[in-house]
Amino acid sequence: MMKNLMTIIALVFTTAINAQTGYKIGETATDFKLKGTDDKMHSLAEVKDAKGYIVIFTCNHCPFSKLYEDRIIALQTAYQGKGYPVIAINPNDPKANPDDSFELMKERAKEKGFNFWYLFDDGQKIYPQYGATKTPHVFLLDNNKVVKYIGAIDDNAKDPAAVEVKFLENAINALEAGEKIDPETTKAIGCGIKVVQ
Amino acid sequence: MRITILAFILLISTSTLFSQIKVYEKFDDFEKELLQPTNDDTLYVINFWATWCIPCVKELPYFEQLNQKYKNEKVKIILVSLDFTTEQVINFINKKNIKNEVVLLTDSKTNTWIEKVDSSWSGAIPITLFLKGKQKDFHEKDYHNLEELETDLLKLKTIK
Repeated sequence: MMKNLMTIIALVFTTAINAQTGYKIGETATDFKLKGTDDKMHSLAEVKDAKGYIVIFTCNHCPFSKLYEDRIIALQTAYQGKGYPVIAINPNDPKANPDDSFELMKERAKEKGFNFWYLFDDGQKIYPQYGATKTPHVFLLDNNKVVKYIGAIDDNAKDPAAVEVKFLENAINALEAGEKIDPETTKAIGCGIKVVQ
Repeated sequence: MRITILAFILLISTSTLFSQIKVYEKFDDFEKELLQPTNDDTLYVINFWATWCIPCVKELPYFEQLNQKYKNEKVKIILVSLDFTTEQVINFINKKNIKNEVVLLTDSKTNTWIEKVDSSWSGAIPITLFLKGKQKDFHEKDYHNLEELETDLLKLKTIK
């Protein structure tokens, strides 16, 4: 009886895990070759002496992405030199939202003075592998592309001044110090990734 | 003169039809009032949306149609806006002539409450919850017509 119950529990548990898509903490993320707003193709492998990678799925149109633009610029300023570059990827299909076209990505990057690669997931092949569901959605990888943190940049999208916990920065600092990252995952409201139906 | 004043009052009263919506600054208050299991057999349809969310805005007419279709039944639709200001929402519902009840949830500590709505929710909107008694059905998707929405509604509605 007990054994049966355990089997059922195990079964339910596995089904629940299988139902999730995308990377979980500890899995190795894929590299990619995507075109940036500088008209060049970029990949993670290209970064010399990286200690990690801050991969952020973000876009032009989403109000939450816009709220974080300045904070993403600041992250790149603070962490690129330490070996943790920001790599931003727009996962949206411009057919579903014209504001997220490659041309408008270029415009936005220029307007805001983006100091990081802003890449276009042309054909939407990369975001489903990562399991990004919305923008912004952060994946912090270590130097072996192992996923260390998934989620939000901090705990207050609307008001940078009211932020109490900088989830992503804490995760990078813990990774740098070889300490345990806590929390490893967080959740925030965001814009669903746009796919043509 | 009197007619002008009367017309003016009338204008004010109709245009201020949606001058107020309930605002929840704390998720806990929202949860207590709207997400608790109920003893009545009303089916609650709770949709999380925002005026800036394109798929959310697209599906709102189906919730209006659902409201019309089930107005004589124990079905209550609540549209939970995650917008930043009340003004944005009020302007929008007046312009689009939204009849469903709209509330605003402004608790910015999203990491603390997204899991409480549903553990499987990623944080993307729209989402729709169907609640009846202790039953709960959660959908992280957008609806493309009334039929799709009604199909999910009927799943819980037929349960006694």
